[in-house]
Amino acid sequence: MTAAAPVLLEARDVVKRFGDRPAVDGVSMKIHRGETVVIIGPSGSGKTTFLRCLNHLEPIDAGDVLIDGTSVGYREGRRGPVELSPREVAVTRRRIGFVFQRFNLFAHLSALDNIALAPRNLLGLSRMDAEERARQLLARVGLADKEASRPAQLSGGQQQRVAIARALAMRPEVMLFDEPTSALDPEMVSEVIAVMRELAEEGMTMVVVTHEMGFARAAADRIVMMDAGRILEEGPAAEMISDPVHDRTRRFLTQIAH
Amino acid sequence: MIHGALPLAADGLNFDWSFLARSIFHPSGPFLHGLVRTVYISVLAQALGTLGGLAVELARRSRWKPLRRAGATYVWLIRGTPLLVQLVIVYNGLAALNLYRFTDITLGPVVILGVVQAAVLTLAMNEAAYMAEIIRAALDAIDVGQKEAAVALGMPPAMTMRLVLLPQAARICVPPLGNEFNLMMKSTSLLSVIGLQEMFLTAQAINSATFKTFEIFLTVAVYYLMLTTIWGFVQGWIERRFAGPTQAVSSPRLRERLFAGSAA
Repeated sequence: MTAAAPVLLEARDVVKRFGDRPAVDGVSMKIHRGETVVIIGPSGSGKTTFLRCLNHLEPIDAGDVLIDGTSVGYREGRRGPVELSPREVAVTRRRIGFVFQRFNLFAHLSALDNIALAPRNLLGLSRMDAEERARQLLARVGLADKEASRPAQLSGGQQQRVAIARALAMRPEVMLFDEPTSALDPEMVSEVIAVMRELAEEGMTMVVVTHEMGFARAAADRIVMMDAGRILEEGPAAEMISDPVHDRTRRFLTQIAH
Repeated sequence: MIHGALPLAADGLNFDWSFLARSIFHPSGPFLHGLVRTVYISVLAQALGTLGGLAVELARRSRWKPLRRAGATYVWLIRGTPLLVQLVIVYNGLAALNLYRFTDITLGPVVILGVVQAAVLTLAMNEAAYMAEIIRAALDAIDVGQKEAAVALGMPPAMTMRLVLLPQAARICVPPLGNEFNLMMKSTSLLSVIGLQEMFLTAQAINSATFKTFEIFLTVAVYYLMLTTIWGFVQGWIERRFAGPTQAVSSPRLRERLFAGSAA
């Protein structure tokens, strides 16, 4: 994507502490509309926490997150930012899709109902319209025949594809992926990656925390390397993979490539 | 040798088979009436207690601190005092204080006795505290990812609770809820203390007229056992119905339920 596209999601000096330990220590990032950004980094580098800050799954301790210029989770008070009520945050979150490492499909609902639940109850779609939307999405992720299946009856890869469809059903402007293939058996990684690549090609704005360098190489516009809660370096995907500036990044890439 | 404590059996067992058979197989009208009361009071109190327990637990999870406090205090008070004492306070105590007297209510052809109202109310209030604990445990047992997924989709807290958490908690609640209802049916025998003519008090009345104490209370025991056994069937059915593919372990079969020493 061109850098000329408008900024859709922006993190400004985001700080998140767990106790005294800063998990995210002043991270700024601009994600342009249509862009796919891959975040890499060693375990404990704060990449997952940072991603969770982007849709206010983690309240932040300092900085701000803006979607289209609107703060996610905060408003300006007289003495600094004030956290919005859960109800208010919820409205903003509808613009941001989130895919979890462990899928988190609603265990009591069929694949179809997992997808149709939010559009029906949040967007006011009729049952028929919501189910129609869900069917289309299931077909899109290649699971048209699984609409009646419960999560427990699906493989990990299938569950993750349903989870992606569930997030897409809200027609989000940006999709966040938190290590979407890390909990999968190796043979199931490719089916999830294929769905994600398609999304990226269709122009979805995406932020992906992953170690799948194949995906990064093929679909990412930019790669961001995080370490110790900060951005160590970032750049166009090809450059970052072939010629990173920092030795730390080079070593990390070698480690995950083996 | 002093014969102060002669075994009673020396006189021959004072046991009336035909009286026992009659009272089990041809129970008297008042006894059956007491049985019916035991059942409908249990069902009503359990239903109201379950709803009340849900309300108390939701209060304890409120964003509003006074509500959380109120819920916690309620559970503390109710679980910390005997049901028997609560019954006497609500029915006799409030009347003696001249604060509230339960009077009979006539609804068309049905008369709801004051004592029945007090009984259902107190049992439900008591049950609500225990149900709140059961619902708390059930909600806590749900993987935190379920809530996060709902929240990430943009659901506000109340909707997350209603659409995602409570349906899953309900399944987890069924076995302990069954246990509670089993206890509830037996707890109704305490209602005798406020003079409600349920199964136990009716039996006491028959006892004072016949002095067939063993036979009468054996009959009572048989009838409670019958009630709880029937409930065991119903509960098993509910559990099988509720057990979706999400539940890896199926509920125990009736035979196991009866003879595997379940807590009750």
